[in-house]
Amino acid sequence: MSAREVDVLIVGAGPAGLAAGAELAGAGAGRVEILEREQEAGGVPRHCHHGGFGGRLDRTVYAWAAATGSAYAGSGTSGPAYARRSVAAALDAGAALRTGVSVTGWAGPRTVETTGPGGLERITARAVVLATGARERPRSARLIPGTRPAGVWTTGELQQAVHLYGQRIGTTAVVVGGEPVAHAAVATLRAAGVHVVAVVTDRTPLPVLPRSRHVPLLTGATVTGLTGRARLTGVELRHDDGRTTTLRCDTVVLTGDFVPDHELARRGGLRLDPGTRGPAYDAAFRTSRPGVLAAGNLLHAVERAGFAAQEGRAVAVSVLHHLAGTEDPSGEGRRLVVDAPLRWIAPNVTGPHGARPTGDRFVLRTARRLLRPTLVVSQNGRELHRERLLLPAVPGRPIALRADWLDRVDPDGASVRISAR
Amino acid sequence: MTVTLTTAGPLPSVQDAENTYDVTVVGAGVVGAAIARELARHRLRTALIDAADDIGNGTSKANTAILHTGFDAVPGSLEARLVREGQELLAAYAGETGIPVERVGALLVAWDEEQLAALPGLRAKAGRNGYHASRIIGADELRRREPHLGPGALGALEVPDESVICPWTTPLAFATQAVRAGVHLHLNCRVRDVGSDAGDHLLTTTRGPLRTRYLVNAAGLYADEIDRLLGHDVFTVTPRRGQLVVFDKLARGLVSHILLPVPGPAGKGVLVAPTVFGNVLLGPTAEDLDDRTATGSTAGGLRLLREKGRRIVPALLDEEVTAVYAGLRAATGQEDYRIQEYPARRYVAVGGIRSTGLTASMAIARHVRGLLADTGLDAGEPGPLPPLTMPNLGEAFPRPYRSAELIAGDPAYGTLVCHCEQVTLGEIRDALRATIPPHSLDGLRRRTRARGGRCQGFYCGAAVRALFEEARP
Repeated sequence: MSAREVDVLIVGAGPAGLAAGAELAGAGAGRVEILEREQEAGGVPRHCHHGGFGGRLDRTVYAWAAATGSAYAGSGTSGPAYARRSVAAALDAGAALRTGVSVTGWAGPRTVETTGPGGLERITARAVVLATGARERPRSARLIPGTRPAGVWTTGELQQAVHLYGQRIGTTAVVVGGEPVAHAAVATLRAAGVHVVAVVTDRTPLPVLPRSRHVPLLTGATVTGLTGRARLTGVELRHDDGRTTTLRCDTVVLTGDFVPDHELARRGGLRLDPGTRGPAYDAAFRTSRPGVLAAGNLLHAVERAGFAAQEGRAVAVSVLHHLAGTEDPSGEGRRLVVDAPLRWIAPNVTGPHGARPTGDRFVLRTARRLLRPTLVVSQNGRELHRERLLLPAVPGRPIALRADWLDRVDPDGASVRISAR
Repeated sequence: MTVTLTTAGPLPSVQDAENTYDVTVVGAGVVGAAIARELARHRLRTALIDAADDIGNGTSKANTAILHTGFDAVPGSLEARLVREGQELLAAYAGETGIPVERVGALLVAWDEEQLAALPGLRAKAGRNGYHASRIIGADELRRREPHLGPGALGALEVPDESVICPWTTPLAFATQAVRAGVHLHLNCRVRDVGSDAGDHLLTTTRGPLRTRYLVNAAGLYADEIDRLLGHDVFTVTPRRGQLVVFDKLARGLVSHILLPVPGPAGKGVLVAPTVFGNVLLGPTAEDLDDRTATGSTAGGLRLLREKGRRIVPALLDEEVTAVYAGLRAATGQEDYRIQEYPARRYVAVGGIRSTGLTASMAIARHVRGLLADTGLDAGEPGPLPPLTMPNLGEAFPRPYRSAELIAGDPAYGTLVCHCEQVTLGEIRDALRATIPPHSLDGLRRRTRARGGRCQGFYCGAAVRALFEEARP
């Protein structure tokens, strides 16, 4: 096994990793190396053949676009074009990009072990940036009972099968999920010539759910089982009113329900946030281990590619401070804890001094719909901030929380609590 | 080495004596494959046939993957003897061929006074089964050895030789060695009827007629049906479903031993066990059914397992689930195997092989070989089998992606395709070109683990499918 040293090692060449690499190489951070385990860099956008990448969608536009199903035909470029552009930017800036190289584990605090066609390596970096992204939870993790036939997909696998490999999918499909990605699944199925019977979600009927003029949307319905032996024959549903039905189909796509791909972070002993399931991190993108930073959807599954890239650029600043020895001491931030029905907040540790999160706001998710809730931030029973949201909080969509209360946090106090009322 | 493996079209002609098989084994599960391998030592024309498109595709692919000591068998039963012998035979065979086995040991955990009081009796029973290494440990030692155990565990019976084994590599190894030694393997070949002609068995199969002088019925869940085709009415298989949940590899650190419940009136109960793949298994349920195809999981079954699992290792339930499956045990209502020879019919029935079949498979095979001799089969002197090395799927043994030497010789072993399970292009290519190649993506998964990890194909599914479809003739 050969051993090497670099200045910055970035794990993952998706939107966050590539943006971090471009920024750091451009800033003269020394040898900046990005490792990508896939044969091609670019991350998930490589197989998202819809538009909307790199466009400027603010929150209102985003909600409108999602409600009308037009987000993916809107501004910006297509996923593959965005991926190519991100790769080119990193390479042009002078980052070294190595694809087909997998990080298989840690051999030290900032030393990773890799496997590639060229053999095994041990790479030590002055700073490591984890940008390993997120994935949709598969059928097994969702504990959907029934038989185990072929024809069960996540959107990620479906998009690759259709757009990267041109594989045959099936004839009739049901799409499960109420997040915008369900739309992408419908579009991909259409592109593959598959008839989409319905989009099914357990959410209650709402105007902001992704709708399509062409596909029936079944709300308030839970998938209770899959049928079929070799091949899927149907999806069993239970409606909120207790009725049960079976939709005949040979294909089902389980969309959304993203989780951070956090294995490397956990194997490295990084502290995880119980809500996001990604590494706990502060506004400077620092994890619980000095010199190991993180960016993108590993931290919060999931935000759009543009947001991940923005984080990639922001993490570069912290990396530069770390390399220069000018960063504030880490490990002293207060934890941010959410109360149900809020699911998580990101970042989820305060500090360093004065640092504000990307866009000067925290991102949160709720487990159930809240009509114009008031978010209350408190510490040791003392209220730090109160904010009424103008729009309903909806599961699967980002909720923004202002960050200007951070300077009121007692650095020696308890965890900071965020609740929705 | 001429390999005869067919999956479609008519079987070899039965018109001439030369094409009559000496022995045909119906059922290519772990037991049937072991029997075929045992017969492959002899100069016999042997066929191994199965209704499915792969070996080990029924009960053998969906079990708890434990190599038992037989400590808790019914003393004096055939099962007790064959499990004890089989454990030694398979442990040795695994060492020779590279089937992953880990001797993690088992702890029968007592959760109440009644169970604690039952431990000495279980230890004595183990002794009657010829197993003397078990011992009773107290709550403190138990807690030290399994710190993630839920509250309330009072003590345990330790059975240090209980092991976990790869349930997929084992039947594949048997069948591969058998086929390389000249046994014919016919897949997608379901037996419809069994007749006789001039003293031979004449099988009607979905792929046409098959003539054989001796017949071994190792049809698992369908063993009673085959038995009835021969005019017997001795036993009925009542499928007992076992649902199992497989947790992510990140859960492996929570469990060091096979954690068994103290058996009660309701059966053996739910266990938590490491797997050789580095996961943690929770199950099985025990549901008596009528439907031999009901291998689906149910909401109720999963709920029950999660309740039980939460008591045994609470932190386990916070981990991601990578697989849920259900297997059917071939229960017959009798607490023993139903292995019976019929000399007049030149027939041996191998029925009622329950969850211990994986452990006992090689001993069953040896036993059946003896019974065939009793029914008049003159097999002659056994010869050596061709040596065999199986690809390693076990985490406790070197895997290709970590081997600098292997990668230097062939960069395909350094190209990871399935990232969750670290399966390389080289391993997938090898499996697709193997003596017994997979005929489905699930078959490929059982040979390589590709698509079997936490993402279940989100990242690699399409790539693996492309490799599989490319290799398909």
